[in-house]
Amino acid sequence: MPAKPLLEFNDNGIYCAAGDFYIDPWRPVKRAVITHAHSDHAKWGHQTYLAHTLSREVLKYRLGDIELQTIDYNVPVLVNGVQISLHPAGHIIGSAQVRLEFKGEIWVVSGDYKLEDDGVCTPFEPVKCHSFISECTFGMPVYKWKPQQLIFNDMNNWWKQNVSEGKTTVLVGYSLGKAQRILQGLDMSIGNVYTHGVIQNTHEALGRNGVMLNPTIRITNQTDRDEMRKGLILCPPSAVGTPWIRKFYPYSFGYCSGWMALRGAKRRRAADRGFVLSDHADWDGLLKAIEATNCETVFLTHGYTATFSRYLTDIGFDAHEAHTLYGGDEASTADEPDISLVDEHGEVIQNGTGAEKSDNEEPGSTDSSRKSGLTNQEKSEALKKAKKLGGAL
Amino acid sequence: MKTFAALFSSLDETNKTNEKVRILKEYFKNVPDEDKIQTLALFTGRKPKRQINSTLVKTWAMEMANIPNWLFEESYHVVGDLGETIALLLPNPTATQNKSLSAWIAEINTLANLPEADKKSWLLSAWASMEQQERFVFNKILTGSFRVGVSQSLIVKALAELSDLEPAVLTHRIMGNWDPATFSFIELTQQDDGSSDISRPYPFYLAYAIQETSSQSKSAAEIEEALGATAHWQAEWKWDGIRAQTIKRQQEIFVWSRGEELSTDKFPEFHPFLNALPDGTVLDGEAICFANNCPLPFNVLQTRIGRKNLTKKILSESPMAFIAYDILEHEGVDIRQMPLNKRRQILESLHRESGLQDVFRLSPVVNFSSWEQLYELRKRSRDEFAEGFMLKKLGSPYLVGRKRGDWWKWKVDPLSVDAVMIYAQKGHGRRADLYTDYTFAVWDQDKLVPFAKAYSGLTDKEINQVDYFVKRNTLEKFGPVRTVKPQLVFEIGFEGINKSSRHKSGVALRFPRILRWRQDKTIQEADNIETLNEFLK
Repeated sequence: MPAKPLLEFNDNGIYCAAGDFYIDPWRPVKRAVITHAHSDHAKWGHQTYLAHTLSREVLKYRLGDIELQTIDYNVPVLVNGVQISLHPAGHIIGSAQVRLEFKGEIWVVSGDYKLEDDGVCTPFEPVKCHSFISECTFGMPVYKWKPQQLIFNDMNNWWKQNVSEGKTTVLVGYSLGKAQRILQGLDMSIGNVYTHGVIQNTHEALGRNGVMLNPTIRITNQTDRDEMRKGLILCPPSAVGTPWIRKFYPYSFGYCSGWMALRGAKRRRAADRGFVLSDHADWDGLLKAIEATNCETVFLTHGYTATFSRYLTDIGFDAHEAHTLYGGDEASTADEPDISLVDEHGEVIQNGTGAEKSDNEEPGSTDSSRKSGLTNQEKSEALKKAKKLGGAL
Repeated sequence: MKTFAALFSSLDETNKTNEKVRILKEYFKNVPDEDKIQTLALFTGRKPKRQINSTLVKTWAMEMANIPNWLFEESYHVVGDLGETIALLLPNPTATQNKSLSAWIAEINTLANLPEADKKSWLLSAWASMEQQERFVFNKILTGSFRVGVSQSLIVKALAELSDLEPAVLTHRIMGNWDPATFSFIELTQQDDGSSDISRPYPFYLAYAIQETSSQSKSAAEIEEALGATAHWQAEWKWDGIRAQTIKRQQEIFVWSRGEELSTDKFPEFHPFLNALPDGTVLDGEAICFANNCPLPFNVLQTRIGRKNLTKKILSESPMAFIAYDILEHEGVDIRQMPLNKRRQILESLHRESGLQDVFRLSPVVNFSSWEQLYELRKRSRDEFAEGFMLKKLGSPYLVGRKRGDWWKWKVDPLSVDAVMIYAQKGHGRRADLYTDYTFAVWDQDKLVPFAKAYSGLTDKEINQVDYFVKRNTLEKFGPVRTVKPQLVFEIGFEGINKSSRHKSGVALRFPRILRWRQDKTIQEADNIETLNEFLK
């Protein structure tokens, strides 16, 4: 083992010193390798981007005019002597695991991933490595997904029932990833599928990348409401509770997310139906993926990192928690605040740009200046201060 | 039980009351009578006795799911419900069955005398034969923790529509001590009440609050505008005890608390005056700790109500009285339709005739000639050991359940301090996996001293914001509790305050809750311990 590990976690993101680049950095950097186009992984403001070919148009749609190089899966490129290659992560279209090789040492950064073949994106492929940096959004044994076909059957039956009751069917899912997966799982013989503008824009971007999806109709002021009652509307979570969605009354709304597995989360969303459909690996999936890498060391980046790393340690892995700022799409049950939190000096420590909102962002908008959460140094200072204050606690 | 599990999920999936009633009616039409009555029992809090303790249920679940204890606990903190945690952790079913709800409950009730090993094999094979949703509902029933987000009035409404009985009649019939094994659905829904249960209480009449929070405080003029002339109203102090209904019928006495719990044995002080009352007398009032002609603080009552054994010491330290404010049955006749002033006359004459007026007390009527006057008097509530006023229309009948119009509670504004959140813990149920349970501190010189926990008062949106803050500003973790960066300030409201040797701050609060999030305040502007001590005086 070299003295300095190939990858390290610093305040900007996951850093490769040997190659002088970052993977999914959350602050603006010179060179960024992007696992996938979700807003918590692909931030605005980097000088150059490297991503998978199928992420190209969505990245350009979301981030505007960026300096972007794209490559296919399993095609290595060299950056300052470090060999970089992308491998299917099965999370969304164009999502990749990043494999790095330098002087015989191999690291893999998973980005977000799932093991089930969703029929939309290239299925996950395990990559052997020495060190594996994995997400663990659903790293709790209570999360176990059913095969997606069962979920789609429920969804289609619910849609049919709504049609017979004269109600519009509204399905809520993230605009990039979930929306395409749902669309391809729907029984198109039931009716038309209508889309919120953000989803339609995403589909058009994917289309420019050559991705073929089932046909959808963009909702405009002219769209016939009575016709829509027989159809199904796909919209992002940010549309829930807005005047836009109320126009479709009477409707029944379903929420698609892994969090729907728990009754509490489902009741909080107050959805008429919760469909447990996730683009992240469940507990068994995470364990299977990690074992398949044959890795010596695992770092857990986001989700239930503490629990999952403890379990991995118990079953014999060298597992560590890593502090990152990922977890924008499904990684938190809470919506991000849309008001600012202020610290004791009256300084804004957190602007209120919500993760779900970012789904709705216009191309080129920025949230990279947001300083959410505490860095390790700030944390230890705050802890010292709190101990001083609360010696009696 | 699959139908029952499906009912449970359907009810979970709608917030609309009409839809819930429709779902319930549909269910009641389609299940056998035994299941109907069991469902009614479960939905009104009559759970079967717990036959296997939760520790064993947990241990066997961990074994079957093959996970260590700590991981089970972590899972529980995420899910926020034991029955659901187990349902999620167990492996997929390997068998099927089609037993009804009442068949399963009958099996549960036969477990009592079985050896542990038999209980275990029964439970493991039961689990192995159920899908997750059925397992969840089964676990809730088995562990005696079944609760449902459907109010009693909704299920009564559904049954009333199916049986052509008045909701008030049905509500009365399902009060008290009945057992789904012996009370039949036919008996419940026949036109004439065939019950011979002399312990059966009347449904309590509950008042709405005039103002839910202090920020919506109403002026005397606004009260006048809403309620009209004072001459039509009776005002009584609102006592801070336990709502109770006492029954004397056929030489037997019963005391029911508002939770519909038969608690005759918990109030031995009441027995002499109840025994001395004429047969066929039902009173509504407040059970409260009382000494030297004066109510004692609620925390005295709190130390007593949880006790199984009422020792001499407890009885002498927390003596109880019954403050009567209404009479529902007189000489064996239901007089709830009589106007309040008439009922009051009967109550007063019964009270005069009783020789035990130390315990059997009458809630005094407060004289007032203008709302302005009452408004001023209300500020003195705490000096009178009361929570404010109850306003009752003199001509009002005694209604069933919470009804708007004739009775109002007009509580005194809560006491409040600005405090800093220092610990957070995840909630349960709808708030599972969200940091919703907070500990608050005030300054003691330059240190923050915890003094209260509060769970309620924030909107869902605010909860999400605080949760987001907690997850990113955790300094230390102690099991499920997180120490958070002292930064957020909240206004904490409470009804009363007492000295306490059990708490670090030296005070215990009555019903603390969050009044609002003071995003405009820094932690330096939070209150200090002296502010709390001032309230004690």
